[in-house]
Amino acid sequence: MALLEVSELSIQFGGVKAVQAVSFSIDAGMIYAVIGPNGAGKTTLFNLITGVYAPTAGSIRLDGQPVHGLTPDRLAQRGVARTFQNLQVCMNMLAIENVMVGAHLRLDRSLFKAALRWPALRRADAALRDEAAELMRFVGLAQYLTARADSMPYGALKRLEIARALAMRPRLLFLDEPAAGLNPKETQEVDALVRRIADAGVTVVLVEHDMKMVMNLSERILVLDYGKKLAEGNRDEIRRNPDVIAAYLGAHA
Amino acid sequence: MTTSRYLPLGALAAGLLVLPWLLPNSFYLDLAIRMAINAIIVLGLNLLIGFAGQISLGHAGFLGLGAYASAVLPTHFGWPPLAAMLAGMALTGVLAALVARPIFRLKGHYLAMATLGLGIILNIVVRNEAQWTGGPDGMPVLPFEVAGLTLSRDWHWWWLVSALLLLSVWMAQNLMDSPFGRALRALHGSEVASRGVGVDVAGYKVAIFVLSAMFASLMGSITAHYVGFVTPNVADFFHSIELVTMVVIGGMASVYGSLLGAVLLTALPQLLATFEGWETVVFGAILMLCMIFLPKGLAPTLAARFGKGGQ
Repeated sequence: MALLEVSELSIQFGGVKAVQAVSFSIDAGMIYAVIGPNGAGKTTLFNLITGVYAPTAGSIRLDGQPVHGLTPDRLAQRGVARTFQNLQVCMNMLAIENVMVGAHLRLDRSLFKAALRWPALRRADAALRDEAAELMRFVGLAQYLTARADSMPYGALKRLEIARALAMRPRLLFLDEPAAGLNPKETQEVDALVRRIADAGVTVVLVEHDMKMVMNLSERILVLDYGKKLAEGNRDEIRRNPDVIAAYLGAHA
Repeated sequence: MTTSRYLPLGALAAGLLVLPWLLPNSFYLDLAIRMAINAIIVLGLNLLIGFAGQISLGHAGFLGLGAYASAVLPTHFGWPPLAAMLAGMALTGVLAALVARPIFRLKGHYLAMATLGLGIILNIVVRNEAQWTGGPDGMPVLPFEVAGLTLSRDWHWWWLVSALLLLSVWMAQNLMDSPFGRALRALHGSEVASRGVGVDVAGYKVAIFVLSAMFASLMGSITAHYVGFVTPNVADFFHSIELVTMVVIGGMASVYGSLLGAVLLTALPQLLATFEGWETVVFGAILMLCMIFLPKGLAPTLAARFGKGGQ
């Protein structure tokens, strides 16, 4: 059974049909990419699956369980993590604290124990700090272990979001344009990082404009255009699909 | 962080310990006690405003609720002061929790307006229920008495308030460096991201609002017993603004900034008394200059200047 099954998913904002009857399914362990021209509805699709928007119609199933309409914090409980196209880093915190927040659901969140510096809670927090540092090294942020988030460059913040998402120990990780705004060297590093994440057993879904990265990484690709599914298949099928070529290069190409 | 945080706390304890011997007369001890009381209130408010990023312009209302619980319940109903104090906190907690859910659907200006309205309503209640509260004239408060011991001398109050202040600083620091506190700071930084990692954003906002309100109520009770008299002014809008100003001037999301803001703004009207009638104008000018030149507040600006950790 597929890990994620999306069927006939639609959302409408006023008169705009941002996503229309899109269906696809993702097997556990794969790297799955969603591509399409600007405004095709990729991020909207992400926002639907991760609970930011509730769909107007259609269903989303995780492990066969319906999850459409659940809020993001509920989905987080079920192992769905994501990063954001427009950065959502907490600039009022240290970098490592941003990663530690990712482990929120695994921690003892008691207010009273916290205020009284409960020993078990302190020990768990110290262990978490080590784990967060390990994750920061894993994504290549070793030099920012003591940095404030607001002192870090853009490329590092993108990876910080990935480290935070990994701290959730997700089963399904959505990466919304992880390479956007990065230079070729940084893009290559993110490329390798996504590969390592998938090798660690996390199912990765990515929205990305960098075709080299998409073609290099993804086992399956979904192409959206004007909110509709244009094509789905492996990279060779997508590369040869005339509709996809037309959408990307214009109908006359 | 673990070792360095006990150094300032120890320094604060030492300061509180020797301060009464350095003060020339009881006028200054009274001022010091009021500073310490304000410091605790402002610390509680800073958890809400500075750390969690939510505004409350009605906090004096909660202060008033505590103060009047401690005035009315022992005087009219013969309650022991401690029970009245706890009842005030409980009542404040319930009220804050009831209004918090709808209020925290609002953001920014709207949240400020809603909390402002709440504060004004509480103030009107104590002004109008004259048969219980003495109305605009206020009412006397019985001395604080627990287990046969009465807190009467300024000394007693100083030690009580000092102990509470140290405890508050310690607990506030513990809280903000815990999973609970990180979730609060995270929702300040990005609500979208916090939700994405599983933080129940609305629940946390309500929790910190209730905590902060109950804290204000407790300190309202203590102020009432210390002063021995309570008037509706304790719950009025200007007092709420004054408390928010202390947070902002001292430094948002800074524990020691809260203390600094409270101390300075409690002292300032005394220092400006020589301006006779113009002191409010000078007060306003100083606040404006602070905001223009120290927009992050005193403590964080100074900490950045001298290269130390801000909290």
